[in-house]
Amino acid sequence: MKNAIKENTHHDLSLQKREQMKYKLKRFIFGSKDKEGVGKQIFVYILLIAIGFIYLYPVLYMISKSFMNLNDLLDSSINWIPSSFYTNNYVQAFKAMDYWKTLKDSVIMAGVPTLINLVVCALVGYGFARYDFKGKKLLMGLLIFSFILPPQATMMPTYVFYTEIGLVNSLKAFIVPALLGQGIKSQIYILIFFNFFRQIPQVLIEAAKIDGAGHLKSFFKIAVPSAAPAILVVFLFSIVWYWNESYLTQLYVVGAFTSNADIYHWSSLIVSLKNFESSYADARAVAGSGMVDINESIKMAGTMLSILPLLIMYLILQRRFVESVDRTGITGE
Amino acid sequence: MKQREKKVVVKTGKLKKRENMMGYLFILPWLIGFLLLVVYPICESFIYSLNTIKLLPQGMVKKFIGMGNYTQMFLKDPNFVIGLESYLLRTIISVPVIVAFALIIAMLLNGKIKCRGLFRMIFFLPVIIASGPVMNSLADQEAASIPMLNTTTISQVLSEYLPKVLATSITDVFGNMITLLWYSGIQILLFLAALQKIDTTLYEAAKIDGGSKWECFWKITLPTIKPMILLNVVYTIIFMSNNEQNELIVLIYDTMLSATGGYGYASAMAWCYSLIITLIVAAFALLIAGRKDVYERRAKKYMKEVKKQERLQKKIQRRGKRNEKRYQRKYAS
Repeated sequence: MKNAIKENTHHDLSLQKREQMKYKLKRFIFGSKDKEGVGKQIFVYILLIAIGFIYLYPVLYMISKSFMNLNDLLDSSINWIPSSFYTNNYVQAFKAMDYWKTLKDSVIMAGVPTLINLVVCALVGYGFARYDFKGKKLLMGLLIFSFILPPQATMMPTYVFYTEIGLVNSLKAFIVPALLGQGIKSQIYILIFFNFFRQIPQVLIEAAKIDGAGHLKSFFKIAVPSAAPAILVVFLFSIVWYWNESYLTQLYVVGAFTSNADIYHWSSLIVSLKNFESSYADARAVAGSGMVDINESIKMAGTMLSILPLLIMYLILQRRFVESVDRTGITGE
Repeated sequence: MKQREKKVVVKTGKLKKRENMMGYLFILPWLIGFLLLVVYPICESFIYSLNTIKLLPQGMVKKFIGMGNYTQMFLKDPNFVIGLESYLLRTIISVPVIVAFALIIAMLLNGKIKCRGLFRMIFFLPVIIASGPVMNSLADQEAASIPMLNTTTISQVLSEYLPKVLATSITDVFGNMITLLWYSGIQILLFLAALQKIDTTLYEAAKIDGGSKWECFWKITLPTIKPMILLNVVYTIIFMSNNEQNELIVLIYDTMLSATGGYGYASAMAWCYSLIITLIVAAFALLIAGRKDVYERRAKKYMKEVKKQERLQKKIQRRGKRNEKRYQRKYAS
């Protein structure tokens, strides 16, 4: 009652105050031009967390499923958290994939072409960035064209060609194209290096020339040491893309369509994941009753195992990777 | 930048020219690779596509049949046309979705937020692990769709308002949301790098002039990153077209090894397919690069105005001279 009277008497004042409060609250939530409001920030965080969850969902699902035993799988009341820490799936998948040997193969198969890629693409990118030769624009155009071209258009003749000169079923089928700057997505790496080397001031190289450095020397002594971010980015991309390439690996290196018992059989984790069911059945036939029937959990464990090395590498390198991407000038101008 | 360079054209001397020849040496590996592994296979593949090819123990047997493979593909074989149709629809719908989404996430990540490193790590994760077999095994487990999202209701609502083809493909987009989101890792990376390069003084100047955030986005951010949008669109199209989830790619692979198809028929398919991809890329490129933003339009208008003024000035001058002469003649006589 008293309040009401008070409000009536100080009507104007309280209205003003209320308006002020309203304004303050509005500014607090929606923010002004200089400062972001709390409401807006909360909205951004919610959005980020929701999208982040969607991104992580398959991985979380994979991890949770891979630790479930058969009872947990069938039990509809268990959705996410397995009733016990059950690692047998991993043991089974480990056996089926012949993990250590396959891992070693995968590392070699992704690592060797990556190193070659680094050297060759850096050289080519430097050539494009530093020198002004005739037909440079045309050649750059062709470079981009060969990136747009789907590999299927050239796959069959390339396969025949490789067979003729005896590259198939060995690591050579990856090494030779990488040496010639035509590995998996090499064009992107060339462009990254091109963009990066273009930022190096010409004066620096000219100064080196006056001091008596040749073309190669100025490349190795000036361009390469300053290209650390570009090298990191190319290294990571290249290793990831070689690691994840399953079809070409199967076609060229593993030799899925030719059987020759004499030579060394390459296999990569991704390829063995692709053929997981059959390889699991094979392993089971050898091992006898020691292995259970294949189920989802074992498949998920296999998937997890095949991407685990990449995940670990990414977790170690990710901070420097993100920084490097900012600095490489991947984006051009 | 480029335009400024163009204005100061200095004729290169002989020494410089000779030095620039070194550029060829640097890009030599790539040049050889391009001729050997791109140009040669393309030509060869075209020849294949005009033949039927049988693989016999004594080698490859070619038989020339002209355009037979192409007519069979479009007129007799339903698989290719049906696959092509769904591929086109899916690409046209999902490319803008992916690119827009990547832009939104990049803008969110570019703002002032806590745990930026963590969020970045999550959003780049798909770059590392999204490969064919992994995605396939996740899709088998139905981990590639958001369980909370009820697609049937969406499709019901949509099919009331839209033609059926569109409705089903839009529902498809919702159904494969995670897959689509996972494909946008690299695009986020590129956008983020581009966003960080925008001069912050531009935003400050706009703020002083009273521009809201919304206006800043449309008038500063978008025009600046336009080249990046084009690059991302091209990358997305190529990635969507060349990955192993694509039905057409699978079809080409299968045809290559099947008894009825063979290398020739598969080559014809691959040729058509690459032609179509190039067309799509060109269409999107025209759509984006052809669109002029506000500044370009204004600049053009201004130039037009200036030219008009100049013409008017000349006209007046000419008229003045003519009148002068006329007066002279008049008073002279």
